[in-house]
Amino acid sequence: MQNSEILTQIKNKFPDLFVEEQSNAVVIPKTALLGIVYFLKNEMGFTNCHCVTAVDRKDKMEVVYHLYSFSNHFMLTLKVMVTLDDLALESVTPLWRSADWLEREVFDLFGIKFLNHPDLRRIMNPDEWTDYPLRKDFKGRILFQDRRRKGLKDK
Amino acid sequence: MGELFTVNMGPQHPSTHGVLYLELVMDGEIVLSCKPHLGYLHRSIEKIAENRTYTQFIPFTDRLDYLASMNNNLGYCLAVEKLLNIAVPPRAQYLRVIMAELNRVISHLVAIGTFAQDLGAYATPLFYAFRDREKIVELFDEICGGRLTYNYIRIGGLSGDVPAGTEQVIKDFIKYERKQLVEYNELLTYNVIFLARSKKIGILTQETAINYSVTGPMLRASGVKWDIRKEEPYLVYDKFDFDIPTGTAGDAWDRFKLKLDEIEQSLRIIEQAIGAIPEGNPVSKVNRVFRGSGETYMRTENPKGELGFYLVADGGLMPYRCKIRSPSFSNLGALPELVKGLNISDAVCVLGSLDIVMGEIDR
Repeated sequence: MQNSEILTQIKNKFPDLFVEEQSNAVVIPKTALLGIVYFLKNEMGFTNCHCVTAVDRKDKMEVVYHLYSFSNHFMLTLKVMVTLDDLALESVTPLWRSADWLEREVFDLFGIKFLNHPDLRRIMNPDEWTDYPLRKDFKGRILFQDRRRKGLKDK
Repeated sequence: MGELFTVNMGPQHPSTHGVLYLELVMDGEIVLSCKPHLGYLHRSIEKIAENRTYTQFIPFTDRLDYLASMNNNLGYCLAVEKLLNIAVPPRAQYLRVIMAELNRVISHLVAIGTFAQDLGAYATPLFYAFRDREKIVELFDEICGGRLTYNYIRIGGLSGDVPAGTEQVIKDFIKYERKQLVEYNELLTYNVIFLARSKKIGILTQETAINYSVTGPMLRASGVKWDIRKEEPYLVYDKFDFDIPTGTAGDAWDRFKLKLDEIEQSLRIIEQAIGAIPEGNPVSKVNRVFRGSGETYMRTENPKGELGFYLVADGGLMPYRCKIRSPSFSNLGALPELVKGLNISDAVCVLGSLDIVMGEIDR
């Protein structure tokens, strides 16, 4: 199956998604996530959830899935937008076990909750910590460049 | 069933290959469940990436899988080059292949040595492996001045040409290592005790492996003929003739044997590449500061599996987001499933056969 054919098939099945021009990623609404991933796994042969991550776009969060189909040799990038006032979406761990730790990592670093995840705990940072380090508004130690830019002196 | 109890294996433990903490619920000698706790080596490298220019971040990739720094440099540089459409001189491409494969050889040597050590073959195999590794580490030291963290592969090429005489050193090493591989097979692979300890232990089926997104030697040991170097060739890998070794049973022994087979294939690639290095300058004349836009995902075949870099750029000097999809992270995810119902000594065997490096799991 050709790459464009796969995208057309997905589009025919779910008309309310659109394909991002620049990255060839498929952007889907949050509510349609489970329906689409079940379709992708069971009917399109995407047996491998290669990577799950998130990007903080300041006004919203973007959860990015990289799904791979060994039979079609095709990597599909799936994006789900999550608004800041409702940082939660369905977990895909029941379909792909590999998503378990990857979703925990996104939860740990971005604070996005995955509903129906079997064991949603922080994976790297301490459990009692309340910050989410990969969010853009999280500032850790002031970095050297920032200090120089602001004219601050080193201690 | 007797009384259940918990064994805390790690974080400081000789056979966890770094600071990994496993919480094992035991019934006598049998492992009922295993809960890995990560994060002891977490440095938030992905956040650091957002505060460094594209070039400044290369040394940090050395600290991911510190046994295969060249491969990490390569994966990151290829991702940036793909994002920014930077061409690489042909000489640099061949040298990159040679460096990546040499690093694969020494990474597998460490895996073999430590695995044998985990099984109780105290010191001898480990010292043999490190003796061979030392030759390449010294060569890398000559080339780029580092023994463990190289920072040699740069965006658009390399940091410098290899010194004169390198080709001969590598040719001698190939001849030497081929002889050593026979010795490893005699010492370990078909040793009766070694077979008894590692055969039919920690069997990973194809479906489970793909479902857990396991990659690299672990996936191939389960019988999936899958290698990014063949499927989505990068650099000049499509010009070389090499095989993808696969296992049949997917047990700990297969994962071990596969690494020996892969060393042989890597030596074949190096042999072909070294005879075909074009003349020219491997250092390309690109700027040190870049502005990128858009996003890209690039994965390369690391010794441990597929290393992916997901780069998002917003036109600034620094990446907007840099996600590192590390192979050991996904491979370790399959551990709880593999050790369920095994003896605790076999659990150590399974963990050793996964060949993990905590530097890239915790990041």
